Amino acid sequence: MKTSAVSMNEKIRVQGLDLYYGENQALYEIDLSVPEGSITAFIGPSGCGKSTLLRTLNRMNDLIPSVKITGSVLVDGENIYGAETDVVHLRKNVGMVFQRPNPFPMSIYDNIAYGPRIHGIRRKKDLDVIVERSLKQAALWDEAKDRLNKSALGLSGGQQQRLCIARLLAVEPKVLLMDEPTSALDPISTLKVEELTQELKEKYTIIIVTHNMQQAARISDTTAFFLNGVMVEHGETDKLFTNPSDKRTEDYITGRFG
Amino acid sequence: MDNRKGFHQSLDELQRDLLKMGVMVEEAIFLAVKSLANLDVSIAQDVIAGDDKINDMMVEIESSSLRLLALQQPMASDLRVIGTAMKIVTDLERIGDHAVDIAKTTKRLQGSKLLKPLVDTPRMAEMTKEMLRDALNSYVKKDLEIAQSLAVKDDEVDSLYKQIFLELQELMESSPANVQQATLLLMVCRNLERIADHATNIGEWVIYMISGERQELNH
Repeated sequence: MKTSAVSMNEKIRVQGLDLYYGENQALYEIDLSVPEGSITAFIGPSGCGKSTLLRTLNRMNDLIPSVKITGSVLVDGENIYGAETDVVHLRKNVGMVFQRPNPFPMSIYDNIAYGPRIHGIRRKKDLDVIVERSLKQAALWDEAKDRLNKSALGLSGGQQQRLCIARLLAVEPKVLLMDEPTSALDPISTLKVEELTQELKEKYTIIIVTHNMQQAARISDTTAFFLNGVMVEHGETDKLFTNPSDKRTEDYITGRFG
Repeated sequence: MDNRKGFHQSLDELQRDLLKMGVMVEEAIFLAVKSLANLDVSIAQDVIAGDDKINDMMVEIESSSLRLLALQQPMASDLRVIGTAMKIVTDLERIGDHAVDIAKTTKRLQGSKLLKPLVDTPRMAEMTKEMLRDALNSYVKKDLEIAQSLAVKDDEVDSLYKQIFLELQELMESSPANVQQATLLLMVCRNLERIADHATNIGEWVIYMISGERQELNH
């Protein structure tokens, strides 16, 4: 399922990142490099900072007023915290899938067409092409093609999550951030989303936060382990799960932690 | 605090079973060589009969290992402990088979007299048995140094094997009447030499279990 070929082009670089919620420091001097066309998993106990770090990668933390960030996050070599960054453009390039599927209360077709329409695509013919392509990429086309004009809310949870992924793909992002994308899904839907990540990583760079260590082991090329706001270890997934370098990683993944 | 107490207890049990099997195999080597030195067929018979228990033990350890893999999805050192157990049982089982081969030689020599009292062969047996014990000790104590020391001991066994080989060859050259028994004794030494190799295999897996690194002990 997993291919080991990882391109050497760096897609994302996090440098000396500190993050504070008001007085409380949540991330400490994070340095992280993410190669293009790979899947990176963030693991660690609740409150370790993994979701917080994920949200810094497309500035979702901007929405929380008390957050203060120092250090830098480069996407394709450009600091996304620079003054000239267009946040809307950034979030088109670096899209996010959330824990619970959140389709808009409209048809399947309109869910997918929503983003492209905002970005100025109006012609029905063009939108048709985008809708079909996105649904195919998200492995939802066969299940959805006969009900494109029905409400997206009629889909199952697993289908809704793949719809949300299709909705992201419609605006042709470069990076997909996934925040526990399968935690609300049943095992079969989970496997479908996992399988999908393997297909998507050829064209996209994926970072996934997961509480499921077996999931991280199954799908990611590299894994980063976080504890109390510190990135303890980041390395090849097969190495990290068979022979981690740091005792704290060992204790966490063998259940001897805490 | 351990969040997987039940699982880690099962791992301890797995390791205890493996050790138990190791002790059974060690006993088998001891008895097999004793039966040969004394040409005692009833001891040889015990060794041959006892091999079933060793094989049962292997199946049991393999089953427990697979069950733990399937049900517990072990990671890191836990995973290495189980993977190592599954490899080590195979070596132990093979060692048991070599002990049986030696016991069978005793049966074939039934009624004949030894060409000369066996001195070097029991010595070689003692050395291989010690290697097996070291291998098991390194496993139980998770002791890298003991495991690594097996490489040196294996070299000693190999050189003793060469020496016995030459002696038996000379014996055969001196009289064709010696050929049959000398050939059988040669096979016994070959069995012992293979046992030593299996002990180094175990040592290699123990090194992997402890460090996650592979290291060759049998040069």
